[in-house]
Amino acid sequence: MSLDAALSPSAAAPAASRDWKIFLLIFAILCVAPFVAYPVFVMKVLCFGLFACAFNLLLGYGGLLSFGHAAYFGTARYVCAYAAKSWHLTPELAILLGTLAAGALGLVFGALAIRRQGIYFAMITLALAQMVYFVSLQVPFTGGEDGIQSVPRGRLFGFIDLSSDRALYVLVAVIFLAGLFAINRIIHSPFGQVMKAIRENEPRAVSLGYRTERFKLILFTLSATLAGLAGATKALVFQLASLTDVHWAMSGEVVLMTLVGGLGTVFGPIIGALLVETMETYLASLGGWVTIVEGVIFVICVLLFRDGIAGVFDRLWKRQPPRAGGNSR
Amino acid sequence: MTTMVFGVPLQALLGQLLLGLINGSFYAILSLGLAVIFGLLNIINFTHGAQYMMGAFAAWILLNYAGIGFWWALILAPLIVGLFGIVIERLLISRLYQLDPLYGLLLTFGLALIIQGLFRNYYGVSGLPYAIPPELSGGWNLGFMFLPKYRAFVVVLSALVCFATWLLIEKTKLGAYLRAATENPALVQAFGVNVPLLLTLTYGFGVALAGFAGVLAAPIYSVNPIMGADIIIVVFAIVVIGGMGSIFGAVLTGFGLGLIEGLTKVFYPEAASTVIFFAMILVLLFKPAGLFGRAA
Repeated sequence: MSLDAALSPSAAAPAASRDWKIFLLIFAILCVAPFVAYPVFVMKVLCFGLFACAFNLLLGYGGLLSFGHAAYFGTARYVCAYAAKSWHLTPELAILLGTLAAGALGLVFGALAIRRQGIYFAMITLALAQMVYFVSLQVPFTGGEDGIQSVPRGRLFGFIDLSSDRALYVLVAVIFLAGLFAINRIIHSPFGQVMKAIRENEPRAVSLGYRTERFKLILFTLSATLAGLAGATKALVFQLASLTDVHWAMSGEVVLMTLVGGLGTVFGPIIGALLVETMETYLASLGGWVTIVEGVIFVICVLLFRDGIAGVFDRLWKRQPPRAGGNSR
Repeated sequence: MTTMVFGVPLQALLGQLLLGLINGSFYAILSLGLAVIFGLLNIINFTHGAQYMMGAFAAWILLNYAGIGFWWALILAPLIVGLFGIVIERLLISRLYQLDPLYGLLLTFGLALIIQGLFRNYYGVSGLPYAIPPELSGGWNLGFMFLPKYRAFVVVLSALVCFATWLLIEKTKLGAYLRAATENPALVQAFGVNVPLLLTLTYGFGVALAGFAGVLAAPIYSVNPIMGADIIIVVFAIVVIGGMGSIFGAVLTGFGLGLIEGLTKVFYPEAASTVIFFAMILVLLFKPAGLFGRAA
C-alpha cells in the first residue's frame, strides 16, 4: 500500500510546490539572519542543519539508522583543515577534498554495514565510527588531542578573501542551499522513490527487480558525502578540526536533531539543528546538565513526538488527526 | 634470566593475556545480557553500559555510605540495578514493543545520556577508588608468573555466572518459557504464560548481569561515571561478531576477543583499541551473519 502511495505522482506534485515555498522562505531567512544573530552562530547552525539533513536522507528516506555519522562529518573536517593548512589549498578545493574523503569512507563503511539489517546495521556503523575515533586519536595527521588549529580560511578561487565573517557567511549559505537542493532533488528523483519503496517493503522491491543492496549503498554514500560537505565547511568556519566531531556523542547529537525536527521530512532536521545548537549555546553555563537535557529530549521525542516538530506542523497544516500509533515510518 | 616468546618476555605476555581474559569476562557478561534482552524484547539496550557503571557505583555507595562490603555488594548491587531496570522497562520501554526496534535503541540511548550525565554531575569524571576485598588481595607466585588472586577470582566467577545463565535458560522450566516466548510470544501467551511479566523479568535479569559486571570491575578500574560509555560500543562490535543467536556464542566471543585484545597489546600496542573493530570488519566480509548467528 505504502509502495503505491510513494510511487504515485499525484501525491508528490503538491509537496514539490510546497517545497519551493519553503526554499524561498529559507532564502529570505538566510538573507536576514546574519543581521539579527551572531554570524558565526548562524554558520554553525547551517553546518549542523546540512549535516542533519544528510543524516535524515539515510534514516528518513532509506530507513537506515546510522549511529556513526560523526565519522564522515569529522573526517571531512580533518581532511579539509589539513589540506587548507598544510597543503595551502584554496578553500573550495579543501572543502571538495574533505567532502570526497567522507564520500569514500562512506562507500567503504556502507558496503560493510549493509551486509546486516536493522539493529545490527546501527551497531556496525557505531563500531566503525568508534574505530575512526581511535585512529584519529593516534595518527599524527589529526594532531591527536590538540586537533588541527588555526586553519587559514584563505581566498576563495584564489582572490576572494574569506577572513571576514560576512564573506564566509555568503559562502556557507550558498553551500547550505546547494546541499539542501541536492537532498531535495535526490528525495524526489526516481531513485528517491525507489528508496522509499525499499524502506516500506524491501522484499516487494526485490521482487519488482530492484537490486536493493546497490540502492542502499548509493544512498549511504550520498548521505556520507553530504555530511562531509557540512563537516568540511565547519572546519573553515571555526578554523579548527578536533576530536569532538568524530566522537560518538556527535553521532548521537545528529540523531537527536533529526528526531526533534522530524524524521523523514525534508526541512525538519534544520529546525532540529537550530533548536539543539541554540540549547547548547544558551545552556552552556549549566555544564553537565546539557547532556541530561538532551537525554530527556530523546526520551520524550521517542515516547510522545515520533513525528518531531515538522510532523506536528504537517498535521496542523493538513488538519489531520494523528495517525494511529503515531509511527511515522 | 627471563624466558622469551616471539621476542616478548613470558611474564609480560602472560600478564597481558590475563588482563585480556579479565576484559573478556566483562565483554562476555555484558554481551550475554544484551543477547538475553534482545532475544525476547527485540531491542538493543544502549543503557547497558550505563547500568554496568551503576553496578560499580552501587558497590561504591554501599561501602561508603552504608559500610556494606564487597561480598554483600556482589549480591545487592545487581539486585538494585536490576530493580532499576524493571522500573525503566515498566515505565518506558514497554510502550515501544509495537514499534520499530530502532526506537528502543534511541530511547535507551537517551536514558544512557541521562544516567551518565547525572552521575557525572554528582561524582565528577575523576575515578573513585574501590579497594580489593582483603580476602582476595595478594596473589600466588606460579613460578613463571605472578597471579593476583582477585583477577583469577574475576575470571572464574564470570565463567561460573555465564554457565549458570546458560543452565537457567537451557535447562529450567522458566528458561523453556523464555525460549518459547522468543520464538512466538502470542502462542505462549495463549497457553496462559504471563508474557509481559516475562519481558519485565528478562530485562531486569539482563540489566542485573550488567550491574554484576560493574561490581566485579570496581576494584580493577576506578569507579567512573563514563566507564560504561566506551565499553558498550566494543560490546556492540562483539555482539555483531558473535551474532546474538546463541548464549554459548556470546560468551565464547566475549572471552575470545578479550584474549585477542590482550595479545595485540603485547605485539602491536598501537592497534589494541581498534583490533576488535578490525575483527568485526573481517567477520562482516567473510561470515556476514556472525560466527554463531543464524542468517537473517
